[in-house]
Amino acid sequence: MFDILKTRIQQKHRTIRWPDGPAPDLPARFAGRPVVRSGACAAGCRICANACPVGAITAGGASGPGIDTGKCLFCRACESACPYGAICFGKEYRLAATRREDLVVGAGSPDPAGALCERAAKLFGRSLKLRQVSAGGCNACEADSNVLGTLAWDMGRFGIQFVASPRHADGLLITGPVTRNMHLALRKTYEAVPDPKVVIAVGACAIAGGPYADHPEQHNGAASVVPVDLYVPGCPPHPLTILDALLRFLGRV
Amino acid sequence: MATDAPVMVRNAQAVDSSAVPALSVDRFRQVVTEEVAGGARLSALLVLAPPRVPRRLLAVIARPLVGNLGLLACDVGDSYPSLTPSCPAAHWFEREIAEQSGVRPEGHPWLKPIRFVAGGPADVGVMDFFRMEGEEIHEVAVGPVHAGVIEPGHFRFQCQGETVHHLEISLGYQHRGVERAMAGGATPRARHYMETLAGDTTVGHMTAYCRAMEALSDARPPARAEALRAIAAELERIANHLGDLGAMAGDVGFLPTMSYCGRIRGDALNLTALLCGNRFGRGMVVVGGVGYDVDAALEDEILVRLDGIEKDAAGAIELMFDTPSVLSRFEGTGIVPEELARRIGMVGLAARASGLPCDVRHEFPYGLYQFTQMPVCTWQSGDCFARAYVRWLEIRQSIVFIREHMRSLPGGPMRQEPRPSQGGRIVASLSEGWRGEICHVALTDADGRLAAYKVVDPSFHNWFGLACALRDQQISDFPLCNKSFNLSYCGHDL
Ligand code: SF4
Repeated sequence: MFDILKTRIQQKHRTIRWPDGPAPDLPARFAGRPVVRSGACAAGCRICANACPVGAITAGGASGPGIDTGKCLFCRACESACPYGAICFGKEYRLAATRREDLVVGAGSPDPAGALCERAAKLFGRSLKLRQVSAGGCNACEADSNVLGTLAWDMGRFGIQFVASPRHADGLLITGPVTRNMHLALRKTYEAVPDPKVVIAVGACAIAGGPYADHPEQHNGAASVVPVDLYVPGCPPHPLTILDALLRFLGRV
Repeated sequence: MATDAPVMVRNAQAVDSSAVPALSVDRFRQVVTEEVAGGARLSALLVLAPPRVPRRLLAVIARPLVGNLGLLACDVGDSYPSLTPSCPAAHWFEREIAEQSGVRPEGHPWLKPIRFVAGGPADVGVMDFFRMEGEEIHEVAVGPVHAGVIEPGHFRFQCQGETVHHLEISLGYQHRGVERAMAGGATPRARHYMETLAGDTTVGHMTAYCRAMEALSDARPPARAEALRAIAAELERIANHLGDLGAMAGDVGFLPTMSYCGRIRGDALNLTALLCGNRFGRGMVVVGGVGYDVDAALEDEILVRLDGIEKDAAGAIELMFDTPSVLSRFEGTGIVPEELARRIGMVGLAARASGLPCDVRHEFPYGLYQFTQMPVCTWQSGDCFARAYVRWLEIRQSIVFIREHMRSLPGGPMRQEPRPSQGGRIVASLSEGWRGEICHVALTDADGRLAAYKVVDPSFHNWFGLACALRDQQISDFPLCNKSFNLSYCGHDL
């Protein structure tokens, strides 16, 4: 007993202060929301689009390229390929959106703020219980969602929690491209969640298939099976990106 | 003699595919069986490029005593006499072979699909399971969707009261078609397939992949890159082991260690993010070297933070190992005896916890491990305690390793421009991921394009070990046993 108390004191209080205090430091090499410069591209240039492994870029004339962060793996291949410095990845961790089309980032895109869902805020603003379904996820998105339950992030502070059964849940948090072999299980899990419910797609795979997009073994993401209310880009998204997404979705920040 | 014995190569040494001898089926079975009985491991067994007629079986035999790999092949028709009865370590491979190529290993005791690919004989999970009969026997089915935040798989228990007599594990829910997509050429997605084979083992799999690609093109990554790869691999090991120790504490209800380790694991992932910006090491290991370098300031920061991790981890983990109620749940639970582990071909951490001294870093050293001794951490008891304790031994060893090498990184470039692969070659590349032995086998066609790519995640060898660990256990110990292995579903399903 004494040892447990001693260790408790040594381990200190470690829960992040954000959103009341400052956000935790992100590593210097972190790839956040892409920043696109207009007017930098040469006419007809497609270098960035050709460099992208998942077809996330629409090479664009004068306004510069548009990057679909829903497909993007944040691999920086486009950034290093572009000779004109038209694309760079910043430290902005707020990436989520409630509408799929808002995930496309171009030169004139407004600052991200569009993850609020009035319906979710009204229904679940003070308590959101989620069932996580991995449907072909590689365990990175799963791990960095799960980490929000640890004391460093402690999403329980906001009444958000992962629960063991869909019948106890207000919604699903889906990872993975939805493999052919998980299609039925995902469908059934969705149906087992009582109405009203929400669906959150976390990671490039769950949004658009990620690196597996267009493989016949999968379905290009959760929206092919169930209606999605919140998209959280990344491969995998940083835990801060996921927590920020959940809190803004619920109108808590 | 030349066509009667395997061709011997070093880890990740490419040879002309014509150098791999095609033996008769009988001789092939004899060599594999004798080698494995004599202490070698079956690292891979596959059918090459299914459309080829006749189909060609290829085996990769890892011989730890001499530190080299044997490659051998044989041509088969629609069926061949199964290896499994004489070499049980082949059992899962032969199920895979039947599913992927249609070649039937006759006499296999349990020939069922392992991934349920489209167009196969059965839909995922829809099939007959092993059943016990009897008045007091009942069956428990779990998954594919589990209670925790983990990947999908199906578990079928045959129980009498609380006691599990048999567990059958049925996977395939995560199948994404990686091997199929790898064959056919240098797709720009190849790197991403390899990074997400098992997303918690990005560095381990990328190391095996990059070394295979480098061998096929006669390239050698710079020494500095080899050192940084090894440091990234040990960081990956530390983070995952810490997370597992916390999760095991949680499964026996010891919440202090669960909470602390959950947080400390994040601190370890953040060190990887200092290296490459991503907590899972995406972009760190690339063909030809590494994607990111470190300077003196970054070295300092990583080492200082590593000291903090070591101190916090020691406090959290020793507290758990000093707690009798934890030990009484860990000890004697989920035992895999050494002989069984060897016979079914277990690898890595779980095998070491059963007393098998297998570790690719030690037996088939690659990169920086060639120049440094990596003692193998083993424990004899084969139970959940052993699988927890070996993790703690390895965490400390990896910390020492990083401390030693971070300060003495070789100079020079971090990356060499990749070169095109040579045609008509084959390579087997082994690395030690945090779960255990990773084996990648790559074969090029005459033009140097990938004709076949095979991935063997350590989980592929070890899932059956988990099934064996559950025999005669309480079903309520399943979560603990499962966590003590913490195998990869996606790494298995590919
Ligand atoms: S960073 Fe995103 S948009 Fe750029 S190449 Fe990689 S996947 Fe494509």
